Amino acid sequence: MAHGILVVLENRGGVLKHASLAALGEAARLAPAVGGGVTALLLGPGAEALAEDAGPRGADRVLTMQGIERWSTEAAANAVVAALRSVDAAFVFVSATTQGRDLAPAVAARLDAAYLADCTQLSAHAGTLHAQRPVYAGKAMLSTRPMAEPAVFSLRPGAFDAWSGPATAGTVSALHHTPAATDFSAVVTAIAAASSGAKDVAEADIVVSGGRGLGSAEGFKALEDLAAVLGAAVGASRAVVDLGWRPHSEQVGQTGKVVAPKLYIACGISGAIQHLAGMTTSKVIVAINKDAEAPIFKVADYGIVGDVAEVLPALTAALRQALAQR
Amino acid sequence: MNIVCCLARVPDTTTRIAVAADGRNPDLANAQWIINPYDEYALEAAVQLREAVGGEVCAVHVGPVDFQKDLRAALAKGADKAVQLQTDSPLGPHSIAALIAAQCGKPDVVFLGKQSVDGDVGGTGAFLAHLLGVPVISRVSHLNIQDGRFTAQREIEGAVETIEGSLPAVFTLDKGVNEPRRAGLKEIMAAKKKPLDVLKVAALPARLEALKLELPQARKSGRIVGTGAAAVAELVRVLRDEAKAI
Repeated sequence: MAHGILVVLENRGGVLKHASLAALGEAARLAPAVGGGVTALLLGPGAEALAEDAGPRGADRVLTMQGIERWSTEAAANAVVAALRSVDAAFVFVSATTQGRDLAPAVAARLDAAYLADCTQLSAHAGTLHAQRPVYAGKAMLSTRPMAEPAVFSLRPGAFDAWSGPATAGTVSALHHTPAATDFSAVVTAIAAASSGAKDVAEADIVVSGGRGLGSAEGFKALEDLAAVLGAAVGASRAVVDLGWRPHSEQVGQTGKVVAPKLYIACGISGAIQHLAGMTTSKVIVAINKDAEAPIFKVADYGIVGDVAEVLPALTAALRQALAQR
Repeated sequence: MNIVCCLARVPDTTTRIAVAADGRNPDLANAQWIINPYDEYALEAAVQLREAVGGEVCAVHVGPVDFQKDLRAALAKGADKAVQLQTDSPLGPHSIAALIAAQCGKPDVVFLGKQSVDGDVGGTGAFLAHLLGVPVISRVSHLNIQDGRFTAQREIEGAVETIEGSLPAVFTLDKGVNEPRRAGLKEIMAAKKKPLDVLKVAALPARLEALKLELPQARKSGRIVGTGAAAVAELVRVLRDEAKAI
């Protein structure tokens, strides 16, 4: 019977994604109850060097594979299947980054397996795994379990911690699998960094978000100034994205990104339910809105009732001064 | 060109979710139902492609309840024919994909939304692509199809990825890829004459068992630290000393 966990680590241009180490750490914590140990898989250029680094951080063994010079979901998914068969693992873990959420269901399809997406909590029960995952963009949490093995899980970045226990064996070896030419009918041909220095709203520790209360696209200049002082990412409500004031990549909410930063500052956002779904798990929430009855104040830890056009520049100046004193 | 777009039925995003008496499923008795917002981009992409290169757009929905009004709306927005594959079985990406693959023959292009905004899984495109033996390009926010080849872009964390390849292919679409149209009166009238079939089908068994559905702990209302710019000093103080957030 298959046993053990295979963790696919994300090699982004020779750099290991931190979210992958968190998935590996969670696998290592679950391994004693699941049995069968933890195998990590690294694909692509530079895999060997990354394997030496990642191995002791939760893996019993690390498989590396060359032959995927340019990323193809098909080639990667077939490689994961080959790795799973070679170690006879029961569960596949992938971090739920964009690449992971592309890869994981493609692996599940090939294995004809259950796919549990964007898990925020995992636990072992009688040799199998139960998962908790947000549904309706976090308006509810669903606990669920696969009814058969193998099963594929993607793990939400930020929801799990990297391995903090003693170094694991992490024995590195090569996976013998040659991708087929037909694996490359769609390939990644370019990766361009997003606009200079802009932080991704889904990854930032601090998010400052703006809504219609900022008045215009130009009104976001004050928000960008605040973001610069805090080293924060800029987020936006659906209303201002639909108005064309901000790009959709910044939208927070049910049809945008779900974020859980350490600090979320909502400026001129009333707090429609579909926006709240995307940010209520933030650690600390601040709301600035001229309407004291706005729903955003019901989820905010701290609020200022006032016009953002007046409050934002004052807040930026005060924070600049406060941070400079440290 | 043979173009398929897949339309899911989801509760409107303003819906408050309650837990049903069984403790495992949502109680959606009072929900307003809509076409999944991301699938509206799939429909628009399908119609734009047909307008550019010719062919036929088939809109497919898999689900238990009557969806004909929404499928009629999809026909008004430009789909040529629509079909609902009706089943009462619990559905997942594997079973939805299997039903669509069995229905659609060999499409040149399939469009779906990147995920449906109820389960937030985003798996159907990958399962469908595998069954059709074609690549899946997921979470596409920019797409150009010409002469049987495509260039797609998607956002990855902090960067934009360009993916190139040749058709046939399955695309799952993100917001921003296009601007879905509204149907005019003329199109709505014309849609009444377009073919719309409802077929009873049997789905594959479920792969997952729901154990428990819970609502997240409600946040406690915090406090208003003050009014206007005068409150800024107090806000900075509490963020630094109390919340230790800066």
